[in-house]
Amino acid sequence: MSINSQLHLASKSTLEFKSSSFNVPALILSSNKITDIKKELQEKISQAPDFFKYSPLVIDLNQLSEQQINIDIRTLIQMLRDLKFFPIGIQGGSDKQHKIALDAGVSILSIRLLQELKQEPEVIEDSVETDKNPDVDESLTPVIITEVVHIENKIISQPVRSGQRLYSKGDLIILAQVSAGAEVLAEGNIHVYASLRGRALAGVQGDTNSRIFCSDLQAELISIAGNYRIKEDLEADMGKKSVQIFLQEQSLIIKEL
Amino acid sequence: MARIIVVTSGKGGVGKTTTSSAVAMGLAKKGHKTAVIDFDVGLRNLDLIMGCERRVVYDFVNVINGEATLNQALIKDKRCNNLYILPASQTRDKDALTQEGVGKVLDELSKGFKYIICDSPAGIERGANLAMYFADDAFVVTNPEVSSVRDSDRMLGILSSKSRRAEEGKEPIKEYLLLSRYSPERVKLGEMLSVDDVQDILSLHLLGVIPESKSVLNASNSGTPVILDEKSDAGQAYADIVARYLGEDKPHRFIEDKKGLFGKLFRSR
Repeated sequence: MSINSQLHLASKSTLEFKSSSFNVPALILSSNKITDIKKELQEKISQAPDFFKYSPLVIDLNQLSEQQINIDIRTLIQMLRDLKFFPIGIQGGSDKQHKIALDAGVSILSIRLLQELKQEPEVIEDSVETDKNPDVDESLTPVIITEVVHIENKIISQPVRSGQRLYSKGDLIILAQVSAGAEVLAEGNIHVYASLRGRALAGVQGDTNSRIFCSDLQAELISIAGNYRIKEDLEADMGKKSVQIFLQEQSLIIKEL
Repeated sequence: MARIIVVTSGKGGVGKTTTSSAVAMGLAKKGHKTAVIDFDVGLRNLDLIMGCERRVVYDFVNVINGEATLNQALIKDKRCNNLYILPASQTRDKDALTQEGVGKVLDELSKGFKYIICDSPAGIERGANLAMYFADDAFVVTNPEVSSVRDSDRMLGILSSKSRRAEEGKEPIKEYLLLSRYSPERVKLGEMLSVDDVQDILSLHLLGVIPESKSVLNASNSGTPVILDEKSDAGQAYADIVARYLGEDKPHRFIEDKKGLFGKLFRSR
């Protein structure tokens, strides 16, 4: 051990590895029609040209894979590069799609899949050698990044008072009470580890899987992805007990924890 | 540097001015140089309750506009050497107050005084916002009924988000609950929220309970801060509040029914 560290000191390393996380937009595809995707992207770009120019991008194929829709990865990547995007990673596709992406210099953002691929190294190397795209920058060769899309959760330790309004792009975790007349909104889940007397709206961007958790339900209104119940319909479920609220077939279920 | 205390509530008629005058007098009597400012421009009241309405020459707005110096406008209390009153203008409205002007006056007062009490007007408009903007401590006066509690909660939200301390990211304003016009008999009958109910809703440090008392009205009418009526329950309650604020450990009184005094003596509390 000590010899190693001495050696290390003596050789004066020219680089070091650090785990860092960055915010990278993920492009979640729900169609395999590349012309349609291109059209929609161009519209988005025209709304905020500076924001998208040279923006790194992660291609998310989870939705397509779920519906077993195939998409031409090579054309997709080329189209994105033409629009001045930098696709840096891909996730949720099939092994075949991932291999094509690797060939085009786009890394795979899933440890498991990469490990599976590593078990047959020749295949990858072969394809990299033969199909290498000369336009691809060398620096874009595979790097494993595990935390790519960083969700902005919010933790609040002060009481949320009447008339205050809180919004979180991720989860909203509140360690104090939410007073009557206050409003808490989250794109993700809402946790209230005290009395919830105000309004709580989870999944405000339509995430039907989001939930509300609280240790004392006295809310004026609760809502998940737009499905709501007001105090009048909640009376029966109120009381000093921990509950979770979730959506099941368009209706809100309140369940004691 | 002075400690700036805002007496606020949101709702009107809960006892802000009564509290301001009593607390100011209490602090002054304990030997601290104290100034009390009426922020209710247009609805001037503090001078009446302090019994100095006939001595008002210049007011807060005159000082802000540079028409008078602070020393000209400050009225020295006749009963206590350490207490000064800065009255509000009755002929202007709250738009006459500017953040810069109020800040300047408070800065100047801070040099010579230990405590500055800002008597906030009701509502959440300009006067109330400026009264609390520069505060270090907040006395939130609440009556034991739902609308007053709701308004106080709203005020607490504003205190924690729109004050100078909040904007500069400093240590937040210290908030204290003062529950006024409390009647244990009516709480027992279920006609009034109890101390526990109010604390459950506001989750705030209770500085004291002031019982509903005739002495408050008498004191206001005669222009004497109620704290000077040492025999009255309300006067004693305010004396306790001042002592607790200054760090003394005083058990809470006036929460239980008065009729149970005999039983109270034998209770191990």
